[in-house]
Amino acid sequence: MAVSERTTGTPQPIGFSQTAFGRVGMVLRWIALFIAVVLFLLPFYLILRNALSTEADITAPSWTLFPSHLQWGNIKELFDDTQVPMARALYNSAVVGILGTAGQLLLASMAGYGLARIPYRHADKIFYAIVATLMIPGAVTFIPSFIVVSSLGWVSSLRGLIIPTLFSGFAAFLFRQYFLGFPRELEEAARVDGAGYFGVFWRIVVPNSLPFFAALAAITFIGNWNSFLWPLVIGQDSSSWTIQVAMSTFITAQTINIHELFMAVAVSILPLVLIFAFLQRYLIQGVTQSGIKD
Amino acid sequence: MSAPVTTSRAEDAATAGERRRRRRPGRQKGIAGNALWFWIFVGPFVLGLLVFSYLPIIWSLVLSFFEAYNTATPSKFVGLQNYIDMLKDHNFLSSLGTFTIFAVFIVPLTFILSLALALLVNQVKIARAFFRSVFFLPTACSYVVASLIWRLSIFNGVRFGLANTILGWFGIDNIAWLSTVSPPWYWLPIVTVRLWLQLGFYMILFIAGLQRISPTLYEAAYVDGAKPGWQVFRYITLPQLRATSIAVLILNLIAAYQAFDEFYNLIGNVNYARPPLVYLYGISLGSIQDLGHGSAGALILAVIIMIVTLLQARIFGFGKAGD
Repeated sequence: MAVSERTTGTPQPIGFSQTAFGRVGMVLRWIALFIAVVLFLLPFYLILRNALSTEADITAPSWTLFPSHLQWGNIKELFDDTQVPMARALYNSAVVGILGTAGQLLLASMAGYGLARIPYRHADKIFYAIVATLMIPGAVTFIPSFIVVSSLGWVSSLRGLIIPTLFSGFAAFLFRQYFLGFPRELEEAARVDGAGYFGVFWRIVVPNSLPFFAALAAITFIGNWNSFLWPLVIGQDSSSWTIQVAMSTFITAQTINIHELFMAVAVSILPLVLIFAFLQRYLIQGVTQSGIKD
Repeated sequence: MSAPVTTSRAEDAATAGERRRRRRPGRQKGIAGNALWFWIFVGPFVLGLLVFSYLPIIWSLVLSFFEAYNTATPSKFVGLQNYIDMLKDHNFLSSLGTFTIFAVFIVPLTFILSLALALLVNQVKIARAFFRSVFFLPTACSYVVASLIWRLSIFNGVRFGLANTILGWFGIDNIAWLSTVSPPWYWLPIVTVRLWLQLGFYMILFIAGLQRISPTLYEAAYVDGAKPGWQVFRYITLPQLRATSIAVLILNLIAAYQAFDEFYNLIGNVNYARPPLVYLYGISLGSIQDLGHGSAGALILAVIIMIVTLLQARIFGFGKAGD
């Protein structure tokens, strides 16, 4: 599925740049591209500028392009601030991101494999029951889900943050489709050697599907790290805030330190920027394969 | 959540799976053994889905017929009263109005701009990966992060906000972007923040669609004398992107219905710009936990989203395109 990596055979209106119109069009396209790049990068510039400025630099009457003295001490100030449990929030987000992603992939891949490969009388009915949950808009279920989680006593806990998000019908659906296309010959060979479903799945299917797992893991992790509504509903106590909830609370605090808040923003996007830098290929595959992840 | 796509593909795959199974009867160790393995693989997932998808929906349906203040186990049955109240509730109706205005801005703008970015990136011959990465990078940011930047740095109502700084260079007075109701300036930050966050995502979908178009179609169009530029775009590119376009429109509209994060973080729970989810959050999980009305409102919203999705799918003839 490396469609987006392809460099040859892309649609090029033929003879486009040979006419005068084509040359003007070319220049206009480059100008549009340049403006778009500036607009898209502008918020990242603001994060860096504000995170490394003093409060006085930011609120000065005239715009300073970049602080003359980079305030690296803002990092220490952020983590020392007792009003915002920054370290705790980062820890919570990391746990939610990692366990949530691992759990979701484990459950959905096993379900997907079972549906795709293990003959069972009611398999189709169960598959339709899973697909039916895709029709329900994710965000409108937060009130009923909160009711269930609160009656389990999981409000303000990592369990409450993670476990209800693990059962993604969409991920199970994607895995099933993927495993239906997995080469049967590989599985048959292992079966002849006496492996059961469990052995085939773990020793043959999973090791040969790592790019697919990586693609889904990348988008699932980003979705978990960035999710806001559910952690807001569940995180009623500051010990269970994720980084997103902590930052959101930070805005509405009585006194806003803009430089500190932007340092929090910079710290919070660092893991994702690293994922983008090193796993972008998988990420783009994940996006084109799944269409959406909410 | 590409529901209509999934069902049609699911059916194809299901029949394919059935055929394969029929071809090899009795190959496995035995029916009972298979059933056991099936449940070992699928059981945990189905159990979770029952508890965290089906149970909440059913519970919510039950609650919507009860008076349920601060309790999830109510005793006073009120029939359809919660639904009637919500449909008469001025605030709930105006939240649907807010959503409608939002959708009118965000859906066409996202469609046009993400397609434009995809075309631009796709036609560039050098540094294509760089441009694609730049436009995709905002996907790494959460709505909270983007809302912070927008609220505190770009559209800050005071003098040092970037927008007001730039206006200041032209001698224009400061504008309180997020709290000015007439003219409704608050739409500018709300719409632009979502555009920045999601354009790259939809651009990737369009680029994938563009790269599936056969180059021979363009060659044929050239031979037939189609003018490069608009004509080629109108008669070749756009029709070929039909399936992608429908997916982008539907996904975008569903996502817009569920807008919460940026409204909550940019403006908060105020009556002039409050989409349905922010309002429902307020009534069901705010100071008075009115779970009866909250559940009724959530179910009304879910039904509206499903109807609109199905209508859109019907209008665009989903499934025929086949992707």
